[in-house]
Amino acid sequence: MLELDAVSYRYPGYARQVLADVSLAIGSGEIVGLVGRNESGKSTLCLVASGLAPVSVGGVLAGEVRIDGTATAGLRPFELASRVGLVFQNPNTQRSGVTATVFEEVALGPVNLGLPVAETVERTHWALRTLRIEALADRDPARLSGGQAQLVAIASILAMRPPHLVLDEPTAQLDPEGTRLVGEALQALAGTGAALLVAEHKTDLLDRLCSRVVALDGGRVAMDGPAAIVLADPALEQLGVERPARHRIAGEVAAAGLVLPGAIA
Amino acid sequence: MAPPSGNPTTLSEADRAYLASLAPQAASPYHALNPLTKAAIATIATLAAFVLGGYVAPLAILTVLVIPGAVAAGVLTRLTRVAVLISVPISISVALVSVFTRAGATVLFTVGPFDATAEGVDFAGQIIVRLFVTAMALGLFGLTTEPRAFVVDLERRGLSPRVAFAAAATLETIPLMVERALAIQAAQRARGLDTEGSLAARIGGVMPLVGPVILSSLTEVEERSLALEVRAFGRPGRRDQLWTLADDGRQRLLRWALLVGFILVLVGRVAGALPALP
Ligand SMILES: Nc1ncnc2c1ncn2[C@@H]1O[C@H](COP(=O)(O)OP(=O)(O)OP(=O)(O)O)[C@@H](O)[C@H]1O
Ligand SMILES: [Mg+2]
Repeated sequence: MLELDAVSYRYPGYARQVLADVSLAIGSGEIVGLVGRNESGKSTLCLVASGLAPVSVGGVLAGEVRIDGTATAGLRPFELASRVGLVFQNPNTQRSGVTATVFEEVALGPVNLGLPVAETVERTHWALRTLRIEALADRDPARLSGGQAQLVAIASILAMRPPHLVLDEPTAQLDPEGTRLVGEALQALAGTGAALLVAEHKTDLLDRLCSRVVALDGGRVAMDGPAAIVLADPALEQLGVERPARHRIAGEVAAAGLVLPGAIA
Repeated sequence: MAPPSGNPTTLSEADRAYLASLAPQAASPYHALNPLTKAAIATIATLAAFVLGGYVAPLAILTVLVIPGAVAAGVLTRLTRVAVLISVPISISVALVSVFTRAGATVLFTVGPFDATAEGVDFAGQIIVRLFVTAMALGLFGLTTEPRAFVVDLERRGLSPRVAFAAAATLETIPLMVERALAIQAAQRARGLDTEGSLAARIGGVMPLVGPVILSSLTEVEERSLALEVRAFGRPGRRDQLWTLADDGRQRLLRWALLVGFILVLVGRVAGALPALP
């Protein structure tokens, strides 16, 4: 379970609060979507929810962030790493830079966790297979396309089998097939009892994946509720978020005064 | 797809062979030496050249400790070129400063208020020889060792991965910065900044690149270090590496011999038992 309790956050050296009074609880097996326009604080919330801010990033946090009941503030970075995974927005800066092949890159997390080689290898094979990127195993991680790099970054965290997972726009550079595979992998992870937080502009993906959606606006929670309700709410558009196609189409149809047989909504 | 549940304890033959194939491939017997052995040779050669000073001793060290390795590795020409490229700019500044500022009895010639002394020339010459030996020794290490191999080997010996990574990242960033500079240059050219043409125009065109290259490298370093934290990089304790590099008794003996030899030289020099060579 991931919990944020009245959290406000400022980056080091900045007076402005990037997050203000955010409360959020993600239960075991739950996938929560995070939406909001650019700069609304999604990436910052991902850093805070995974404990990295302020533990590694610094800055000032008010309120409390708890992972399975333990406050993140008192944990060291590697202790956080074994409790919650974090996939960053930019796949290229997530490369360790110390590996020569994708296989070693994906294996790096498990190796750092101190796992026996046999288990590291099995997890690495599994993570590569899950995202259908076995064919990339021997490639140089520095020479991948944006989408491939993103899948490798996700596989690198999946291989660590984190109890919970936070993802910052994990599919931004993926084609529909890659997006679908990532969605399936996340669902499988939630099926094992993980709490997942997914920041995404692709609301169609969230529509399929999430039970709940939170919309941020200027660092505050503007909407929080069941995915079906939040994603259908036309007010989302004022927050700079495009609703999923099915809700937009249903809205247009209704606005035109038409009724569809067996309506989609 | 369900995640693996068991805790496998054995590797299949295929996996074992695959992991072995991931280890850096050695291009020569010198490349195949353990990174620590190559690092020891480079370090001891550098330190001994500085401790002994003069001209004969550093050149003897170069001949005995560096050149045979470079020949065995097949990199002598490349190494010499790299070492000259690295040591020439520093040597010029060393020469300029020491030739004119070193006090001495024998004035060779005078430029304005500055006297060039024979002592200054000798001092500069000795420094330059040492710099060149250093560049050759460290260059040989760099040309024959993959940073990641060095990191994995140091980690296996118990060095903090953080320290090992800092070393490797520094070495590996250089080609990345060059690449980034080229990308930014292309972007700025697309926005109409001139980076081609006359030399003056080119220098003028390159200046706006310096900031972005350094800044983007800095934020990248910050983001990268976060990404490493997430991969449990800072966890203390041993790791089971996917592959290890060979090491053997002969190399261990060689490293100890280098260390003991260096300590003897150092003590001898400090105690005045070793005569100073020209
Ligand atoms: N490292 C940092 N230091 C200082 N301020 C930062 C830092 N990172 C982000 N910010 C600021 O925090 C605010 C929220 O940024 P954040 O990256 O969280 O937004 P976002 O919702 O993820 O946007 P996007 O959709 O573009 O990814 C922005 O005003 C940004 O300038
Ligand atoms: Mg963001």
